Amino acid sequence: MSEHFATERLPIRSMLDIVTARHAARELCERLGFGKADQTRIATAVSELARNVIQYAGEGQCSIADDSQGTHRCIRVCIEDHGPGIPDLEQALCDGYSTSGGLGAGLPGTRRLVDEFEIQSAPGATRITIALIKRG
Amino acid sequence: MRIPILELERIVLVSIQVDLTDNDAMQFQSDLVERVAKIEALGVAIDITALDVVDSYMARVINDTANMVRLLGAEVVICGIQPFVALTLIEMGRGLLGADCAFNLAQALEILKRRIAKRGDTRFIEDEDV
Repeated sequence: MSEHFATERLPIRSMLDIVTARHAARELCERLGFGKADQTRIATAVSELARNVIQYAGEGQCSIADDSQGTHRCIRVCIEDHGPGIPDLEQALCDGYSTSGGLGAGLPGTRRLVDEFEIQSAPGATRITIALIKRG
Repeated sequence: MRIPILELERIVLVSIQVDLTDNDAMQFQSDLVERVAKIEALGVAIDITALDVVDSYMARVINDTANMVRLLGAEVVICGIQPFVALTLIEMGRGLLGADCAFNLAQALEILKRRIAKRGDTRFIEDEDV
């Protein structure tokens, strides 16, 4: 396997940044050889998470990395903010739960789109990492 | 970025051709609802062929818009949902998009015309050979 694609670090400060981030994620996903379904999954997941950042923390950042190993292709996206954090993680991961008047598909819905989903949240530091893996 | 809203008789056509920010989406919603009310449209077709991402927010905006249009008294059909968008929406959660759908604009127009005819709304039928 050749060298990894460079990791992209993008600020999430405005609504336009949500669009930029999901485009960047889709693009890397495509370059890594994932199909259209996975490209759509990762772009949608990044869109959900980036919107949470704007909505709850005001700003944050997103890094989009090629984490492929050997013949396994992997795109890993980490979204971080310094907002108030998620008070009740368990509840936030439940279907139908929303504090923002959304449809409550946000976190649980996002989790269903990806192969790996990790969340750490405390006041001042929330970090969500998602990954899609394609075994080659 | 504003989405052009076209009128064909009393049917309103909108085709979302660009990736919308959240504000664009809200603008689209209010522009469309306003236009539907102004011309007392009988039907609305919303074409989203060009959208390659519909997250839960966008799905809600589309749903809400469809419901608003119905509240005003018009029929509404969404068309052109990409297969991978459909797949992603269902994986995220059922019920994200509840409006009536069609494959393409031509089908959407057919459905609208049929429904409008069924309602017996003479304003529209007069121009058609029904």
